[in-house]
Amino acid sequence: MDRPYGMLAELTYACPLHCPYCSNPLNLADYREELTTAEWQRVLTEARELGVLQLHLSGGEPLQRRDLEKLVASARDLGLYTNLITSALALSPRRAEGLKAAGLDHVQISIQADEPALSDRIAGTPSYGRKIAAARLVKELDWPLTLNVVLHRHNIERVGRILDLAEELGADRIELANTQYYGWAWRNRTALLPSRAQLDGAEAVVRAARKRLEGKMEIIYVIPDYYSKYPKPCMGGWGQKQLTVTPTGGVLPCPAAHTLDLPRATVREHSLEWIWEESPLFQRFRGTDWMPDPCRSCDRREVDFGGCRCQAFQLTGDAARTDPVCHLSPDHQVVAEAVRAANEGAERGEADLIPRVRTTGGLESERSVP
Amino acid sequence: MSVAVLSTNRPRLARQVRLQWDPVRERQVLLEPEGVLVLNQTGATILGLCDGERTVVEIVEELRGRYNHVAGDEVRDFLTRLVAKRLVELGDG
Repeated sequence: MDRPYGMLAELTYACPLHCPYCSNPLNLADYREELTTAEWQRVLTEARELGVLQLHLSGGEPLQRRDLEKLVASARDLGLYTNLITSALALSPRRAEGLKAAGLDHVQISIQADEPALSDRIAGTPSYGRKIAAARLVKELDWPLTLNVVLHRHNIERVGRILDLAEELGADRIELANTQYYGWAWRNRTALLPSRAQLDGAEAVVRAARKRLEGKMEIIYVIPDYYSKYPKPCMGGWGQKQLTVTPTGGVLPCPAAHTLDLPRATVREHSLEWIWEESPLFQRFRGTDWMPDPCRSCDRREVDFGGCRCQAFQLTGDAARTDPVCHLSPDHQVVAEAVRAANEGAERGEADLIPRVRTTGGLESERSVP
Repeated sequence: MSVAVLSTNRPRLARQVRLQWDPVRERQVLLEPEGVLVLNQTGATILGLCDGERTVVEIVEELRGRYNHVAGDEVRDFLTRLVAKRLVELGDG
């Protein structure tokens, strides 16, 4: 069995943003009993012993945890490469300096667009100015900077200007990743899925920018898998390379796997080693024995591992079916239908986005986007 | 499109990467923002010598003092791949 290389630590699901493609679970009320500092430190130690070398600190918004600096320092002591994935709203000079002193290796900041009005509208809160200030601060403190941009129907035509902004900020890398349709993004799929013309335009811009910026800025571009012929090799295979720990200590093969009807595994009851090696959850879709046709006999079964289990569940109700994104899937028509609708709707103007609603302390607040 | 590595270049690790020993895998590993490179012994030795002061020629000489078969071209190919991935930077000769 392979050892995991990377662990995504979702420290909290609290977040100041209301992005319409939020990937966090819908039922945030189930995640209030967050792991303590000492519990996280134990998880980090067990992760390193298991083979994890990269720690991605995410959420929600990881800066909402006041012990973030302490956790980074512990991770560095263990020899983990630490990567902060943040909205950066709370990245004040004081906290940035604290994280630098703790040994944080790399910062990834999300931006929603290249200009304030659209960016703030997508984020559901005024945030653009603080994000840009934080990006400059990251560079001043001599950290490597990655910008993360989730692409969708409302911002994909601005990719050129987003790349210009990244260049101006001195970003070392930019990830332009089209939305994945789970959780809250699933509710907004019609409003988010771009048209083929939009994708073609963005790809041409990305190709030209890659050439122009070679050796200066790395550009990662991820198309929406609805438009690909084959599914994505989700997480590099179920329980093969990565694991996710949720704010309350649940351990998952991928961050969306909480949606599946599978036995749970938590660090509050078991060691990370047991969960990785023995738990029914991590065994369920490991390897190729579980595969149905057409995956079972497919040459690509060790390339894309049957695609994404969560997407198969989302689109067919059965997590053990072939990912319907694959053109060989017997269920492919459900994806083809969504793509057809997105292209017929190409000229009907912008559909409404439903901003993410977050529950805090039992109070639910509806927000609307102007 | 890749940058040619010259014998007179003085390679060094890029600032966003870290070379370290992994006691779990018992191998040297190169850590970078989105990935881990598990190195064989020669690769690890080469990267350990990329200090921004030694030239590529000097690195090859140093390796010849330690191993029986060292091809200069292979060392340059290895460094070229890492430069393309922005894991190694080249100082001027």
